[in-house]
Amino acid sequence: MSILLFTAFIFIGSFGAGFLGSLTGLGGGIVIIPLLTVVFGVDIRYAIGASLVSVIATSSGAAAAYVKEGFSNIRIGMFLEIATTVGALVGAFLALRLSTPVIALIFGLVLIHSAYVSSRPRDESSGQVKPDKLATRLRMNGTYPARGGLVSYNVTSVPSGFGLMFVAGGISGLLGIGSGAVKVLAMDQAMRLPFKVSTATSNFMIGVTAAASAGIYLRQGYIDPGLTMPVMLGVLLGSSIGAKHLFNAETKKLRAIFGVVLFVLALEMIYTGLKGLL
Amino acid sequence: MKRIVRNLLDHETEIIIGNLLRAGVIAAAAVVSSGGIVYLFRHGQAQMDYSVFHRQPEDLCDVSGIIKQTFAGRGRGLIQLGLLILIATPVARVVFSVFAFARQKDRLYVAATLIVLAILVYSLMGK
Repeated sequence: MSILLFTAFIFIGSFGAGFLGSLTGLGGGIVIIPLLTVVFGVDIRYAIGASLVSVIATSSGAAAAYVKEGFSNIRIGMFLEIATTVGALVGAFLALRLSTPVIALIFGLVLIHSAYVSSRPRDESSGQVKPDKLATRLRMNGTYPARGGLVSYNVTSVPSGFGLMFVAGGISGLLGIGSGAVKVLAMDQAMRLPFKVSTATSNFMIGVTAAASAGIYLRQGYIDPGLTMPVMLGVLLGSSIGAKHLFNAETKKLRAIFGVVLFVLALEMIYTGLKGLL
Repeated sequence: MKRIVRNLLDHETEIIIGNLLRAGVIAAAAVVSSGGIVYLFRHGQAQMDYSVFHRQPEDLCDVSGIIKQTFAGRGRGLIQLGLLILIATPVARVVFSVFAFARQKDRLYVAATLIVLAILVYSLMGK
């Protein structure tokens, strides 16, 4: 296939991945990697590099909107970024040492977990907790805009949130994805943040987390300009259009179909991984 | 009162951060697109193969090499330059946050932000 044709296919595929990734809340990265590896036969190391870059683009684009609306908690974001960036470095170093079948296997499992998490309804009772000593000292309790004015919320379990964020950063650095599912676990379940605040803050953090491992990948020669160009532009365009249809009820059916497709892709990746190991 | 002032400062910071992020992404996308046009124009008819992994040549892996390639008019160098701008966008946000927290005399968060910045600099420049 000529480069021109290949670039066009990758661009269209990445557009679709970005669109569906933002509709389902899974993120573009976790969709683009199986597409590139399973459908286009791209080596997973190229795919991870390209995906990581597109993750920075979409998260920065989305964060710009969220931050202005006042949903992001910049203090929580900054504090937890210590955990995610250290995790991202560890993840990137691991990625340089693990064999590709192992990475494919881990990716398949993470993909299934993420699809499961995003298909469940989010707990909306968060934020109604007593002020926690450590969170108060760190000035993490905040407010967010709602119909009736500002709503205040408290934060709890900072240490376990911090630990989970280290894991999220590690997965992000190892697999080149935003790892939103683990971040939701840390901020919704452990720290009990209201879900709008946790979504916005997590988005805000993804760019910095991905930048930490992208530096390593770039210097190790994993980021191929010819491949990354259509991936980054396609995912960016697709996800910004997807974000506009986010609360459209008609997307429910689409999500269900998409969930099945992702599950099949995940199984394929696990199968390839196991086959490569045996 | 103190809390209200802090919230206002926070909101001002949020707006600047939002604009910074958007500008970075737009600039990166523009540079990557122009590099892509040059690259496709020159190499569009060549054959590709991404099924076997080869590391990129050294000139496409660090800041000085990428700038050299860009000035040599290479499409691939220009694409990498755009990707560098993209990676630098969240880093710029962190740098800005250091100053924003310093202006609020929030030492704890100046320290937290500096730690994150050190990790990012290590990732991009370290050995």
